[in-house]
Amino acid sequence: MADKILKELTLKIWRQKDAKSKGGFETYKIHNVSTGSSFLEMLDILNEQLVSENKEPVAFDHDCREGICGTCSLFIDGRAHGPDDDVTTCQLHMRRFEDGATITIEPWRCGAFPVIKDLIVDRSAYDKILQAGGYVSVNTGGVPDGNAIPIPKHKADEAMDAAACIGCGACAATCKNSSAMLFVAAKVSQLALLPQGKAEAARRAKAMVAKMDELGFGNCTNTGACESECPKSVSIEHIARLNREFLKAKFKD
Amino acid sequence: MSNFFTSSIGKKFILSLSGLFLIAFLCVHLTMNLLLILDNSGELYNTGAHFMVTNPVIKIIEPVLAIGFILHIVLASILTLQNRSARPIKYALRNQSGNCEWSSRNMYILGAVILIFLVIHLYNFWWNIKFPTLGNTALNTVTVGGVEMEDTYTLVASLFKSSVIYCVLYILGGIFLGLHLTHGFWSAFQSIGFCNQIWRKRLECLAKIFAFIIAIGFCIIPLYFMLGLAGK
Ligand code: HEM
Ligand code: SF4
Ligand code: FES
Repeated sequence: MADKILKELTLKIWRQKDAKSKGGFETYKIHNVSTGSSFLEMLDILNEQLVSENKEPVAFDHDCREGICGTCSLFIDGRAHGPDDDVTTCQLHMRRFEDGATITIEPWRCGAFPVIKDLIVDRSAYDKILQAGGYVSVNTGGVPDGNAIPIPKHKADEAMDAAACIGCGACAATCKNSSAMLFVAAKVSQLALLPQGKAEAARRAKAMVAKMDELGFGNCTNTGACESECPKSVSIEHIARLNREFLKAKFKD
Repeated sequence: MSNFFTSSIGKKFILSLSGLFLIAFLCVHLTMNLLLILDNSGELYNTGAHFMVTNPVIKIIEPVLAIGFILHIVLASILTLQNRSARPIKYALRNQSGNCEWSSRNMYILGAVILIFLVIHLYNFWWNIKFPTLGNTALNTVTVGGVEMEDTYTLVASLFKSSVIYCVLYILGGIFLGLHLTHGFWSAFQSIGFCNQIWRKRLECLAKIFAFIIAIGFCIIPLYFMLGLAGK
């Protein structure tokens, strides 16, 4: 089946020269976009058009373009990663849009994710949280045998669900409080559920929460918006576990 | 325990404990108030109210309750201010209806409306009972079963019988409280870590039922008087 063609789209895109400049919206028209192209391919077409007009192309983040790296971002028509649930922006396709539509594209808005240029934000705040404790210390020894440590299936499954997090930042970007709790919860959970990670669970929860607070993310009020927008459907049950881990660790001190 | 009270989760912990404490208070308060519509002579309610004011346990609980409210309001305000400043540049276009409930997004506004109601409510009854000479409503005494006591029933009943505006205000108070609790009830358990995939469904369902009971419970009292079911 041949893909339909969207004859004309109006794009309202946030343009910002660099981190220090004040940005603003620019409006562009784009013609004859196939509904089979991905959202990022549509932006590629726009950029080619801008280059041919001797204009600065729109800067946006992307890497794998298959929903596994978490690099693509974008707040599209008021929602993180656009109107579809459980997808990244690179997995969003133009068949979700009507011919003649106006599409508003903004960068993640979150104090802890400052805009670097146009639609690109600096998400190193998430890396800093990970560096604070999102790892298992391995000080010595060889690789242990895969089945040496028995792990119940349901624990392994839960840990895998948390480990699906790709660090895209949609949770903090979509949260009305700019809270990073879903990300931190996923990282704390995936390790706390497994014997290898359990040993450092208390220190990890305290260090990562302290870093998250220090970097200026907001406080979670359990709205559940993060879970709805998370491309990997990480559940807020992990936030309950993070709360548990943190409170347990603090009460032991 | 260092930094517990300044950490985000620590503050949420205190907020939820104070919220749960306020919920427990609401249960007692509603049960007491329903005595208003069970007996039009007012004896039942007056006896209950008299028991409350003379009970030493209640004497201790009263300041604790005040502290509970203050903690809840102060923490809610700190959290809300921090959350607002965590996003210095707002989105130009935002569509949140697809990803979370309205009440969960507007807890502070709902709380603020409840607070306004609370001030009026405290003036209507608590103030007029504590300082009968200062208020404009005289609190008389009655004798029930040989015991002389304050006629609180008449104080409440005359307010609702005389003013439709107050009735509507109290009905709105009940509705806003119910909306606050549709989210607050289950959110409190999530904040203290008591939640998982299975309990979430249970708690969310329980929250709706509880919020409904609280809202309806508090609404039927002014309605009862407004509709003249308590006599003139
Ligand atoms: C009888 C009155 C009240 C009751 C029973 C009540 C109950 C609750 C409960 C159970 C929570 C959930 C706590 C959590 O998730 O950690 C909550 C949250 C909250 N309350 Fe109240 N509350 C009352 C009055 C107020 C007032 C007067 C205000 C504000 C002026 C307020 C503002 C808030 C805010 C901002 C939240 C945070 C939202 C959230 O975390 O989900 N509340 N309340
Ligand atoms: S929890 Fe979900 S939304 Fe948040 S960073 Fe991970 S994948 Fe993205
Ligand atoms: S570009 Fe890798 S997830 Fe979208």
